Amino acid sequence: MSTLVETPRTGAEINYLNADYGWKSWLFTTDHKRIAMLYLISITGFFFVGGFFAFLMRMELLTPRGDLVQADTYNKFFTMHGIMMIFFFLIPSIPATLGNFLVPIMIGARDLAFPKINLLSWYIYITGGLFALGAVVAGGVDTGWTFYTPFSTTYSNTYVMAAALGVFISGFSSILTGLNFVVTIHKMRAPGMTWHRMPLFIWSHYATSIIQILGTPVVAITILLVAAERIFHVGVFDPAVGGDPILFQHLFWFYSHPAVYIMILPGMGVISELVTCFSRKRIFGYTVVAYSSIAIAVIGFLVWGHHMFTTGQSMYAGLVFSALSFLVAVPSAIKVFNWTATMYRGSVSFDAPMLYVFGFIGLFTIGGLTGLFLAASAVDVHLQDTYFVVAHFHYVMVGGMVMAYLGGIHFWWPKMTGRMYPEAWAKFAALVVFVGFNLTFFPQFMAGYLGMPRRYHAYAEEFQVYNVLSSAGASILGAGYLIPMVYLVWSLWFGKRAPANPWGAVGLEWMIPSPPPTLNFDKTPVVTWEAYQYHEPDRPEVEVGR
Amino acid sequence: MAANTEVVEHGPELRHHFEQPDQQYQAATLGMWTFLLTEIMFFGGLFAAYAIYRAAYPDAFASTSQYMDVIVGGVNTAVLICSSLTMALAVRSGQLGQRNAVILFTIATMILGAVFLGVKAYEYHHKWVEHLVPGFNWHYEDSRYAHHAQILFFLYFVMTGMHAIHMIVGEGLLLSLVIMAWRKKFTSLWSTPIEIVGLYWHFVDIVWIFLFPLLYLIGKHKL
Repeated sequence: MSTLVETPRTGAEINYLNADYGWKSWLFTTDHKRIAMLYLISITGFFFVGGFFAFLMRMELLTPRGDLVQADTYNKFFTMHGIMMIFFFLIPSIPATLGNFLVPIMIGARDLAFPKINLLSWYIYITGGLFALGAVVAGGVDTGWTFYTPFSTTYSNTYVMAAALGVFISGFSSILTGLNFVVTIHKMRAPGMTWHRMPLFIWSHYATSIIQILGTPVVAITILLVAAERIFHVGVFDPAVGGDPILFQHLFWFYSHPAVYIMILPGMGVISELVTCFSRKRIFGYTVVAYSSIAIAVIGFLVWGHHMFTTGQSMYAGLVFSALSFLVAVPSAIKVFNWTATMYRGSVSFDAPMLYVFGFIGLFTIGGLTGLFLAASAVDVHLQDTYFVVAHFHYVMVGGMVMAYLGGIHFWWPKMTGRMYPEAWAKFAALVVFVGFNLTFFPQFMAGYLGMPRRYHAYAEEFQVYNVLSSAGASILGAGYLIPMVYLVWSLWFGKRAPANPWGAVGLEWMIPSPPPTLNFDKTPVVTWEAYQYHEPDRPEVEVGR
Repeated sequence: MAANTEVVEHGPELRHHFEQPDQQYQAATLGMWTFLLTEIMFFGGLFAAYAIYRAAYPDAFASTSQYMDVIVGGVNTAVLICSSLTMALAVRSGQLGQRNAVILFTIATMILGAVFLGVKAYEYHHKWVEHLVPGFNWHYEDSRYAHHAQILFFLYFVMTGMHAIHMIVGEGLLLSLVIMAWRKKFTSLWSTPIEIVGLYWHFVDIVWIFLFPLLYLIGKHKL
């Protein structure tokens, strides 16, 4: 934290970074921008913990036999990778960092509606994270991140309770963030900032918040029931006394499927901001892109059964879930087409954030289309629990979400820190990430289609070539993530000072100094223009509030 | 969406990031309503589990219903409805700036809540004596339903237990209201915390309004 405190002043300006010094000014802050920074540092930590387990898995999978570890240990590797990455990196990633920083500024507010609750959410997140890390240190968990019953309740002898408690606790941090965003977006918009003038980043965060609010409590009660079953053996998920383990899966996926939209929707918001700025064009079809976020949030709640085609759920339920899963792909496709149309005849430039946009659009499309393979219930019977599913999920989450996250971090880095990152290195890293990613995960589609099951430490020898390619790609991908880590930290001291608007972008956040003052705006802005006025030659260049 | 030009008279309660007291008030109430939405989903998971097991094991359900005392449950329902009345009166007194009435009605609400919890504790004790506590003290008379009844009684304890925990949290919130009123924090212009706690209290009551018929009334059988 001290690294950020020591960031030199931009001129003589007082900003949120130098307004106050010392660890107390960070740990007791209620400034949404500082809380965003606390989140940024902590989720980066969890990202590298989760990445470490991925590294160990790819090492083991280099050969078809269990050389490095045996099955029990390998089970813990993929479980801890999943728990860390999903609950402690992907879910909070964009909302808690970029969202926390930008949501109030983009709508012309001085802070989120409940600043203390915002800080509380970070402490809850850290507490949950400590429980999950405690489970790792104590000896690990082997249930998979899904905690399926009755294995998790009856048979597993690992630290299920500590990990589940960590997930349970961190869920409340997610709920509080969503609650804060919803109230802020409803009640804190500046005069003139109507719903249809809001940046699409705000729309996607609004949709995300709806899912966080409606979904997370269900997984909370589900985890409580698992805990009761595991500790007291009351039988609620135990088939031996008439309990139904499939009920657990229904309750779990009722949250955990919409949760993948918690992870991807904010990324889509980032892409909408970036693609307009670097194409110098208004977004193609603003209204449709905005409401497609809401459509994803709503339909996303009705598709959870596609995780359960092979569990023996009713065939008719399977048909409906399959059809709805096809339907939920439509709004995502609308977004992809509209981003592409935005670039059409735009003045496209190739700065590092835009490279991540290109990566996102291509990889997300592959991830989304392979999702349709899996949504077809007959095809899914063949592909269920194979590496095809793993590859699909990682194309959406790593190829999509993490690309958007990195693009967003680069794009708003000057605003957040007041420093420019080194552009050449950033472009190089974006390329390394893209190459490494595809080399890691594309072979998994093939291995999976040929029948390689997921979650095994050993495999048939004919799959080795795909696994060697995948492990090689993973090491490139790992390097691709470490490079930005190094030069972004470097830029805090040695980066060029950032002007208020280095990209020539529109949006309220670019009309205030970099980094912003503590209260964002001295005077509340009055918004008289639509979002993405890149086509207007006389778009507002005025600095608001200074 | 406050107009930023007019200067509004306001008390010390207005936080720096709000433009107007009304905006802050609306944000607070919307925040509570949103929170209650999460609570609905939280209890919703339990109601779903209840519905599924009740549909799956109707005979066991009929068998367990003989252990539910409608009189005791009904009295408790009446107590809770009365507490909603006193809570509503406390909110009204707050809006009118009647400090003594706020304190009186809030304490009345607390007492009624405590009566409810006491009766609930009596019922739990009774269940314990009858060996109807799954996982701790379980022995079911009718061996045909011993397994299934265990799940149903577990759901009974989780649902009423979660409700009771919310009641206890509510008692703490009410206590803080009494202290705030005692210290003359509320004025006729600002009594938002009373309304917020009121929303919470009414919600917890409504949960019970659903629990009572589901657990005590529907499918009542005397064996």
